[in-house]
Amino acid sequence: MDSKRRTVLQGGAGAGLLALLAGVGLLKPSEVFAARANDAAFKLEKLDEVLKALGVTSAAEGGDIVLTAPDIAENGAVVPVELESKLPNTESVMVLIEKNPTPLAAIFHFHEGALPRVKTRVKMGQSSDVYLLVKADGKFYQVKKEIKVTLGGCGG
Amino acid sequence: MAAGPMRIRASVSGDEINVRVLMAHPMETGQRKDPSGNVIEAHYITDVVATINDKIVLTAEWGPAVSTNPYFEFNAKGKAGDTVKVKWVDNKGESREDSVQVK
Repeated sequence: MDSKRRTVLQGGAGAGLLALLAGVGLLKPSEVFAARANDAAFKLEKLDEVLKALGVTSAAEGGDIVLTAPDIAENGAVVPVELESKLPNTESVMVLIEKNPTPLAAIFHFHEGALPRVKTRVKMGQSSDVYLLVKADGKFYQVKKEIKVTLGGCGG
Repeated sequence: MAAGPMRIRASVSGDEINVRVLMAHPMETGQRKDPSGNVIEAHYITDVVATINDKIVLTAEWGPAVSTNPYFEFNAKGKAGDTVKVKWVDNKGESREDSVQVK
């Protein structure tokens, strides 16, 4: 690891990636400030506060969004979730787990060339409703699914 | 804990490529305690950037609820021979970058 780069990164948690990306010329200056735009929302503990912080005032139910996840997750530490959006101009997808200590788990942003489909694995502390919010053409759409967890993934 | 290399698989299907990424990272939530009762410090990936031929196609912001040794999968327009690069940065400022050619 480049020791100078490390110093730059330690300058600030939020500024770390920005400095890194700008440093390698990957991001144009106009794009730099878009990265990690929602840092504060990841620290909030209530679902409605998270939604507010994300700028979600209303979300239409359903739409052409397909959420694939198990009904029962035996191991809350590894819960597979898959999302496919058929909405035109899908910009991003947010994964929220209502009963986790901090509900916001992940946000994926699709850029030109990416198809609006993503699959990942998340932790769930207990059985909970899982919300997927899709932002398409500036509007929000949501799907919800209850996932039962038999062994929590957040405890010690 | 030193972060090991990512395992990236990129395969072509028609005019699309499927990219699967497995990262080596503890993704510590900051809520667990060690056997002597001390809180284990939070340590998780916060940002991910995926590029194809140096053009950004997917970015992600993560919290500690993404599973240990994170896995994610996405699809994008592309062809055999394209270079897929994935980078991550975590909350301690550590980072890792790996790339692979689409087969």
